[in-house]
Amino acid sequence: MERLSNLSYKNQRILIIFLFSLVPVVLLLTFSYLPVFKMFQYSFTSWDGFSKNMEYVGFDNYKTIFTKPEYFAVFKVSLYYFFATFVQMGLALYFATILSFNVRLKNWFKGILFFPTLLNGVAIGFIFLFFFKPEGTLNTLLDLFGLGAWQQKWLLNPHLINISLAFASVWRYMGMNFIIFLGAISSIGSDIYEASEIDGANRWHQFRHIIIPSIKKILQLNLILAVSGAIGVFEIPYVMTGGSNGSGTFVIQTVDVAFKYSKLGLASAMAVVLLGIVVIVTILQRVLIKEEK
Amino acid sequence: MKKTKAVTSLAALTLMAGLFAGCSSNNNNADNAAATNAGNTGTGTEATAAPEGDAAKDIKGDITVITQRTDIVDTVFKDYAAKFNEKYPDVKVNFEALSSYEDQIKIRMSTNDYGDVLLLPTSVAIKDLPDFFEPLGKMSDLEQQYTGLEERSVDGISYGIPITVNFSGVIYNKQVFKDAGITEVPRTFEQFQTALQNIKDKTDAVPLYTNYAAGWTLTQWEADLATVAGDRDYVNIAQVASDDNFVQGQPHYDLYKVMYDAAKNGLIEEDPTTTDWETSKADLANGKIGTMMLGSWAIGQIKGLATNPDDVGFMPFPTNASKILVPLSDDYNLGISLHSKNKEAARAWVDWFINESGYPTTEGGGMSPVKGAELPEILKQFEGTDVTFDTIAPAKAGEEGWVDAIDKEAEIGLWQPDFKKVIIEAAIGNRKDSYDDIMKDLNDKWKAARAKVTAAK
Repeated sequence: MERLSNLSYKNQRILIIFLFSLVPVVLLLTFSYLPVFKMFQYSFTSWDGFSKNMEYVGFDNYKTIFTKPEYFAVFKVSLYYFFATFVQMGLALYFATILSFNVRLKNWFKGILFFPTLLNGVAIGFIFLFFFKPEGTLNTLLDLFGLGAWQQKWLLNPHLINISLAFASVWRYMGMNFIIFLGAISSIGSDIYEASEIDGANRWHQFRHIIIPSIKKILQLNLILAVSGAIGVFEIPYVMTGGSNGSGTFVIQTVDVAFKYSKLGLASAMAVVLLGIVVIVTILQRVLIKEEK
Repeated sequence: MKKTKAVTSLAALTLMAGLFAGCSSNNNNADNAAATNAGNTGTGTEATAAPEGDAAKDIKGDITVITQRTDIVDTVFKDYAAKFNEKYPDVKVNFEALSSYEDQIKIRMSTNDYGDVLLLPTSVAIKDLPDFFEPLGKMSDLEQQYTGLEERSVDGISYGIPITVNFSGVIYNKQVFKDAGITEVPRTFEQFQTALQNIKDKTDAVPLYTNYAAGWTLTQWEADLATVAGDRDYVNIAQVASDDNFVQGQPHYDLYKVMYDAAKNGLIEEDPTTTDWETSKADLANGKIGTMMLGSWAIGQIKGLATNPDDVGFMPFPTNASKILVPLSDDYNLGISLHSKNKEAARAWVDWFINESGYPTTEGGGMSPVKGAELPEILKQFEGTDVTFDTIAPAKAGEEGWVDAIDKEAEIGLWQPDFKKVIIEAAIGNRKDSYDDIMKDLNDKWKAARAKVTAAK
């Protein structure tokens, strides 16, 4: 300890900062960067996942992905989730705005809306599997309200399955958007509202001219997160249908290739491609949104 | 002031140390817990230990047995350990049960720590087994004692012994059949479809429950391929020699046509996408379901849920072949980790488990792999009929693992639910493809992959 105290205050600070950041940086390197690096490495091999020898195959895996249309066909399914994203953000913004004003049972509503985010995705999958059963919750409810004619086999009908699943996805992730919006809206000073009220603004005016401009950055952020989320949809369709009946997504396909057909090399290449797509989409969004200004 | 700085840095260091220490002490705890558990098992049986012979006494050590039976690991397996300790008092047996065995063990096998005794994952390529498992002996020697070794042997050396030998076919409810007026067990495809139709017309039961949602249950159909072919050589020998695996008239085509026709004619459950495996077992046991395609391992589980266990029956898959062959195939194989530190003790457990625990017939629900063991009760009805039970022939020398290699290369998934799901989706009208389209697509993939695999070897 003698020696440490001999160091100057500045050096001690550096040392401590270094030591403290060592742990998170090591964790980050081991669990984020190393796997990504390895993924790139595997994507050039025909490794099956356990074999001791790894065969280098160059760009063969990428060639397979880009020459076989069935690997990209599944992105059609992502469109459902992409459109659901806007529903999700709209609802989140709507609830966040309402709940930022004085409403009775405000905290209770906040809790209800945020609750799904806390649940485990697998549990949600099972809940909604029951919800969509022919004799499940949704059909029972419809019957109760005299809408028996609207009853459907929600997961059997190929035109409805992805909408049903996207609905479950909206339910699951809306809370997160909601809480972010709520936080952003709360940061707007109450004096601005007061001033606008004096000028005769109603709630819509306030929303249109105060709230929206103030949280524009957060809106953009949420949009980017939601769109890349829509590209990488996985757990809800995987748990509920296993990707069957036309609900398979690119990530489900990647997992299947890796673990059902033991083509870890090809699956890594698919993951790299997905990463590339997400990066491109994000950059595109940033560029397009900037141009609007 | 200087002192405070020193104190701050000291505190920082202590925190850091604490972080690391925290990690390691957790490990210690886990180890201790495991050790205490083992200790309990040990002390519980020491009193009753009755050592036999010096060889058994000499074997000592701690072994970890990894199993897929989460349902009985704390009950039946504990009893096994107690009985095992009567013979080998110095071996402490710890158990670990994995809920999705295949997935979890695969990940653990990339390290050196995957227990001492474990089940050989079916997804490990046969040729890679020597990298992970201890050789159990020459196949020609072990063959005198056990059946089913050929499935997990490489170059004449065996790496696993089956924990039970399964037979596959149709599990049905006898009462439902009686109510539907079916007096004779259907033998051909036509008779089987008629039987299903009768169940639909005359009873409230679901004629054929596919368990589409669970997925893996659909893979059980693949085991009946040998019955449809009526030839024990078909699966591993004839199949790999043919470019026309899914063409009309071939066993694969006929096998899944049964599934397609049943679904097309509305003889399956109302909404396959929301089925539930656990409920289906009880429903079959109690007459709400007529038939399910499963292996013998399911019989015990279904009977356990039945109000009248005698209603649960087994029959061979329908076939137009001249003789009825019910294929016998290995359940998981039991093997020893290459990295085990107590290989002698591990070997003792393997031998004891297969030969003396009674698991193969009681808990496993199939036949014992030990040669000359008695047939299970449910099969005795077939004695003296034209139904034969036989293992499927191993691949020709030099062609081991080809079926698997072609299947994976083609991404067909013979033992995966995917194309079976497509068949059902097409049959109920969710897809435009006809049965022939699906089969043609599979056959094209098979042909291309087969060309690639046979050229490479």
